Amino acid sequence: MCLAIPARVMRVDGDKAQVDFGEGVLREVNVTLVNAKVGDYVLVHAGYAIQLMDEKDALETLSLWNEILAAEEE
Amino acid sequence: MAEKLKFRDPELAKSIAQKIHALTPKGKPVKICHVCGTHEWTITHYGLRSLLPDNVEVIAGPGCPVCIVPASEVDAAIELASKGTVIACFGDLLRVPGSRMSLLDAKAKGADVRIVYSVSDVVQMAQDEANKEFVFFAVGFETTAPSTAVEVSLKPRGNLSFLVSHRVVPPAMELLARMEDLQLKGFIAPGHVSTIIGLKPYEVFPTKYGLPTVVAGFEPLDVLFAVYMVLKQLSENKPALENEYVRAVNWEGNVKAQRLISDVFTVQDGKWRGLGTIPASKLALKPEYAAFDAEKKYRLRFAEGIDSQPGCRCHLVVIGKIKPSECPLFMHACTPQNPVGACMVSMEGTCRVWAKATQV
Repeated sequence: MCLAIPARVMRVDGDKAQVDFGEGVLREVNVTLVNAKVGDYVLVHAGYAIQLMDEKDALETLSLWNEILAAEEE
Repeated sequence: MAEKLKFRDPELAKSIAQKIHALTPKGKPVKICHVCGTHEWTITHYGLRSLLPDNVEVIAGPGCPVCIVPASEVDAAIELASKGTVIACFGDLLRVPGSRMSLLDAKAKGADVRIVYSVSDVVQMAQDEANKEFVFFAVGFETTAPSTAVEVSLKPRGNLSFLVSHRVVPPAMELLARMEDLQLKGFIAPGHVSTIIGLKPYEVFPTKYGLPTVVAGFEPLDVLFAVYMVLKQLSENKPALENEYVRAVNWEGNVKAQRLISDVFTVQDGKWRGLGTIPASKLALKPEYAAFDAEKKYRLRFAEGIDSQPGCRCHLVVIGKIKPSECPLFMHACTPQNPVGACMVSMEGTCRVWAKATQV
């Protein structure tokens, strides 16, 4: 139920946006809860974008994991 | 996200698992509780438990919002449906047992029960079919409540009202933290609930209860890393609140969503199936939105429902006291095709997740 899926914002029109879940098909979601711009990644839950996703942070998570693991190699 | 698959990198998973083994003191049981059906799915689907030391147990808490809806609220929805009101709900809720039947049974008897993907679907239906009365059976935790709040705040047509069954997660976690016989050593906090509420509501767990608490995402490496972070805190004896899911969760959460929730809802004590009444854990519409409150509009009475069928141990599964396989009904009398308990119904119910894994 609390599943939320990342999607890329392709078009914004008021409180609605067309997003791409990576399937190449655009779907309409409600963006009242976030300030989404074209090109942003949003997390979509039950037809509503609930949070912006930061691609940079996503990449940083990966490098953080690698760093911590590397730092502890002794 | 181009790098997404790296979140499932088996080599990285192996390295994290090695670190986890190195960090874990031998013999002493370490029980870590997550509170999200999607975490349970990730853990079971990717076989993450097999990567952990024998004495590290990750248990599933009450993380399925459909499983904890009490029978009395399902009964109220069925009563409305039987009187000609259209009940709209998420598909997960359809087969959740009421005291005598589920909404699916009511539908089979001719009630107009409709599955929707989003609350906005119901708003549209109520517009298109202005001669009918619609009730949206609003279930879900903080992840879902904002979407209900959006539509209520817009004051939809008068033929649409809301049977609000939303619950909030931190009070249920606190209940678990207080259960001494559960012997919890840490929490993995739910990632998508946290996108809304942020981190602050979890501060109490490390500070008051000494429980390491890590907000985690839903890729297998997210969950493994969260286990590692909890164990690391335990090994250093420094319980803290940490955020593993930085790509979606920040300290303050979604402030706009929080504001909408507090504009539209008030917090009440609420009954959770299997857990009893938890203080300040249920959302209800504020008096200014009474016109949209199905409970008031239809003068609903919530009789004492029958939450559990004979033999069903959902009440123990939902707090992680037993594994689904320890219930005598699991995969015998209770299967995904013929669920007896609520935990076998929803895609996120612990029994259902385990059943799917044993059937593959």
